[in-house]
Amino acid sequence: MSVTTSLPDQLGRFGDFGGRYVPETLIRALEELDGEYGRALADASFQEEFDALLWHYVGRPSPLYFAGRLTELAGGARIYLKREDLNHTGAHKINNTLGQALLTKRMNKRRVIAETGAGQHGVATATACARFGLDCVVYMGEEDIRRQRPNVLSMKMLGAEVRPVTSGSRTLKDATNEAMRDWMSSVETTHYILGSAVGPHPFPRIVRDFQSVIGRETIQQCHDQFSRLPDLVVACVGGGSNAAGMFYPFIEHESVALVGVEAGGRSSSLGQHAAPLSHGQPGVLHGSFSFVMQDDDGQTSDVHSISAGLDYPGVGPEHSYWKSIGRVTYTTCEDEQALRAFDQLARSEGILPALESSHAVSRAMELAGQRGPDEIVVVCLSGRGDKDAAEVARLRNMEV
Amino acid sequence: MSSIDELFERLRQEQRKAFMPFITAGDPDLEFTREVVRELATQGSSLCEIGIPYSDPLADGPTIQASYTRALASKLKLSHILEHCQGWVPSLEIPAIMMISYSIVHRFGADRYVRESQAAGFGGAIVPDLPIEESAKLAETCRQADFSLVQLVTPTTPRERALRIAETSSGFLYFVSVAGITGERRSLPPDLADSVAWLRERTPLPVCVGFGISTPEHIRMLAPVCDGLIVGSAFVRRIAEVESTSREAVLREIGQAAAELVAALPQSSA
Repeated sequence: MSVTTSLPDQLGRFGDFGGRYVPETLIRALEELDGEYGRALADASFQEEFDALLWHYVGRPSPLYFAGRLTELAGGARIYLKREDLNHTGAHKINNTLGQALLTKRMNKRRVIAETGAGQHGVATATACARFGLDCVVYMGEEDIRRQRPNVLSMKMLGAEVRPVTSGSRTLKDATNEAMRDWMSSVETTHYILGSAVGPHPFPRIVRDFQSVIGRETIQQCHDQFSRLPDLVVACVGGGSNAAGMFYPFIEHESVALVGVEAGGRSSSLGQHAAPLSHGQPGVLHGSFSFVMQDDDGQTSDVHSISAGLDYPGVGPEHSYWKSIGRVTYTTCEDEQALRAFDQLARSEGILPALESSHAVSRAMELAGQRGPDEIVVVCLSGRGDKDAAEVARLRNMEV
Repeated sequence: MSSIDELFERLRQEQRKAFMPFITAGDPDLEFTREVVRELATQGSSLCEIGIPYSDPLADGPTIQASYTRALASKLKLSHILEHCQGWVPSLEIPAIMMISYSIVHRFGADRYVRESQAAGFGGAIVPDLPIEESAKLAETCRQADFSLVQLVTPTTPRERALRIAETSSGFLYFVSVAGITGERRSLPPDLADSVAWLRERTPLPVCVGFGISTPEHIRMLAPVCDGLIVGSAFVRRIAEVESTSREAVLREIGQAAAELVAALPQSSA
């Protein structure tokens, strides 16, 4: 393994980024989780059980699909879609929640908590908990409950309790605060299934590892379908779990360009976007040192994105590291551009993408347009757009 | 020696315990913070803990969260707080310590933070989201400046780790009474007094207990095994009442509550 893929170190550092900036109350649980994860990695039966779940329950491997008509629209390189939207529960999130549910069982904990923005992680956690008979509480901001209603109903039907969060901006950041506070009081009996590659060590590593199946499959499928690696891989970045899982296996293949797409929102003014890697600076949020949107006093800034899953002021520390060493290029896509890509993919390929993934589709089309027809662009289509249909209709004043 | 070290040395000689109220800076404004701290000092507090409002506190319950939100509503900045405190904290008859998130310290710059906090009259800081693995650099800056950096031990901390934390802490050791967030509680864990006593026998540092403490009964139960008691939400909750009643009435109520809690301390016992 090269230096860049053997991170994080013992203290959870990816270069300068990462670490564990949490109250002492949580340290023992984080060490327990780190220890149990280490034992699970050394236990072949754990990997077998996880792989079997991904195969038979999630429906992996997800297809790598050549989007011919989208390629024509973009007018350049060939665009392939890694179809994480076809997973059980409709997004990549299930890869991580099943892995962490297995860890929960290994730690003999019976109760699970989670935070959710778009609701995809909430649904995936509720699903894994139903599958393993674990109690499940999901924290979700009131604003997100409004704009992602179908997922709220699914979580309830799967037996989870959805607790509305009314503090702060009532979105993902505040749901994460509440989940952490719950964990402070329940840490002896409860596992916190964090949904993105953020938070204190070892979460960024565990989430990345469980999501890396995306990138590993993609490499295999590229070999099978066109006998070489792609030229460019594009993924959206909120906290950054689908991007981490897609990029990580490609990191040492330096011929492959990697592009992460943050939420450009309405504009690049503070408060109008959710793009810490593009417009923020290093700071501490939710237990980790990473790029963050904060004011000059260290207070977390308001952020905005049309997509609830990207509407977050922080980002996983490994992305900050990849940015710092120049291995991954981070860029943004504005709300309107994402909506346009949503339409284009729907009409050209018959695929409704999640608004999160639409950010990656938009940038990928633009970059494909600048490349020749012999080149290959892979987009991580991290989730499906059913959950967004009502919100998109509302934004356009469409009659439903 | 920081002003906090001096306080506990004196209290030990006098065989007395510290009463340490916490309030949020700028709730609802800095002028009222000064009045409340002066009232708390008049009523026999030993040290005042002043919290810097933060947008995303992980260790705080609803009462203190709400106070942070109230304070931040007026766009309060750390530089405003330090500037204001410089006018009155140095002349207080009791020392002051700051509770602050590392998010703010990092952004402000650790060297500048320690220098300006000291100039504003603070004897040290408690940084609740900076566990010992991450604190070495700030601890060294604080040590060189004789500025205390208080570390926390909790009920989930294994004993050998608690001893390591005690070695890196300065000023005192903050023993968190419950696994959870700040806020008043009716009852405290039954083994709390034993755990505090165990640790206090093994460190030269004063051991002070906080989180959930709000009644004279709590103070009578814990005072014999510790060096000081920290009460926060019980005062912050009363400060919230300025929205519906007069400042004079709130000050009076806070003064009475503090006097009642101070009276529960043993006057001179081992």
